[in-house]
Amino acid sequence: MLIVGENINTSRRRIAEAVEKQDAEFIVQAAKNQADAGADFIDVNAGTFVDRETEYLCWLVKTVQDAVDLPLCLDSPSPEALSEAIKHHRGEPMINSISLEEDRFQGLLPVLTSQPCKVVALCMAQTSMPTTTDERVAVAAELIEKLTNAGVALEDIYVDPLVQPVSVDVNMGNAVLEAIQRIMETFPGVHTICGLSNISYGLPLRKLVNRNFLALATARGLSAAILDPTDKRLMATLLSTRMILGKDEYCGDFIDAYQSGIINKD
Amino acid sequence: MSYQTLLDAVIKGDIKTATEETLKAVDAGENAQDILDQGLIEAMNVVGDKFSKGAMFVPQMLRSAKTMQECVEALKPHFQGNAMKTKGKIVIGTVKGDLHDIGKNLVRMMLEGAGFSTIDLGVDVAPEVFVDKIKEAKADVLGMSALLSTTMPSMTKTIKALVDSGLRDTVKVIVGGAPVTRKYAEDIGADSYAPDAGSAVLEAKKLLNIS
Repeated sequence: MLIVGENINTSRRRIAEAVEKQDAEFIVQAAKNQADAGADFIDVNAGTFVDRETEYLCWLVKTVQDAVDLPLCLDSPSPEALSEAIKHHRGEPMINSISLEEDRFQGLLPVLTSQPCKVVALCMAQTSMPTTTDERVAVAAELIEKLTNAGVALEDIYVDPLVQPVSVDVNMGNAVLEAIQRIMETFPGVHTICGLSNISYGLPLRKLVNRNFLALATARGLSAAILDPTDKRLMATLLSTRMILGKDEYCGDFIDAYQSGIINKD
Repeated sequence: MSYQTLLDAVIKGDIKTATEETLKAVDAGENAQDILDQGLIEAMNVVGDKFSKGAMFVPQMLRSAKTMQECVEALKPHFQGNAMKTKGKIVIGTVKGDLHDIGKNLVRMMLEGAGFSTIDLGVDVAPEVFVDKIKEAKADVLGMSALLSTTMPSMTKTIKALVDSGLRDTVKVIVGGAPVTRKYAEDIGADSYAPDAGSAVLEAKKLLNIS
């Protein structure tokens, strides 16, 4: 499971304050904490600063990569912000995200094909959001076809099946889990990725719901997750799930994480 | 007549008891508008308030709204002469470029629960579509939702289109959605900001001077 650390997002108050004050130290600490906790990519998102998003996103890229030797997940719905931010990135970033929405697709495609990168392909149709499994798989198929035709390698595509809240429709959990499995089976080599928190919108005990969703999604073949790697209970769920699924030889990762204190009995 | 049993049933989302109580009140000779105002709408006020305080959750709110809807259907044939009174007409939609509708749908449901009539234009609604509908329906309030930082400027464009068409003074504007803040609402010249469905109802009432 590839882990994208989600904590550097200006929708979080402390991060927004740090970005506004250009407090590099605070941002670097947030990045290091996630790197130490096992993140493979560090997500950076400055989306709440509508007018200054591009400037702040670029600053985040430079600030984090000056201190942490990890690739970043450049997170914005704006092709403009992404095409600027990628210029400051060392190594191969993950672009989060492209979708079938016309402006977004056409705007971002040149960025994706101009240099090596991974891309999150969000299952958002041109004019609607999919609700059923079939709709999700259909959008995924179209995205994969368009991206690979444009020269993006299948292995660089991370399909986000669009997690929606079970609080508004109890079928949403099954719909997205089933979609993960079908996408992984239908397009061997492609990846699936998602965030966790949408599933629990509108419910109490959201972290508990998110953890169980992660376990179920992992069992269906989810290959990457956008999450808070410093959340020990969440990481314990992930590590134990992988182990149960036979993806952890000699239970090594699970036991290592325990013995090094990354996870504990709480 | 006390509507306590009806209130409790709507708050709980017990469709069977709520519709029975509604019809019982009709049989007892109660005025349909009173049943609506003092029973159903009052119950939804409680629901909205509890939701805003975190004491009720989205599925419970949906269940209450569904219960109210069923009761209103049962009540409709019993409005003599005048049609149901509405607290005001609200045009609502997700702005151009944005396809998210979950939050917007919750807001619409709670507005209806509070006795407003709503015209939902759906998602990806262009400024001119909002303007045309507001003009046609003589709407009192416009509710706009945006879930993406990239689509928030569509709110500004819609407000500008209202100004250009001379309608800005005829309609109150409420905005909301995850990336939207009170400050942003002020900056773009909206009349109000609602962080959740319960608040949207309170803001709409405040703007229209409804107690």
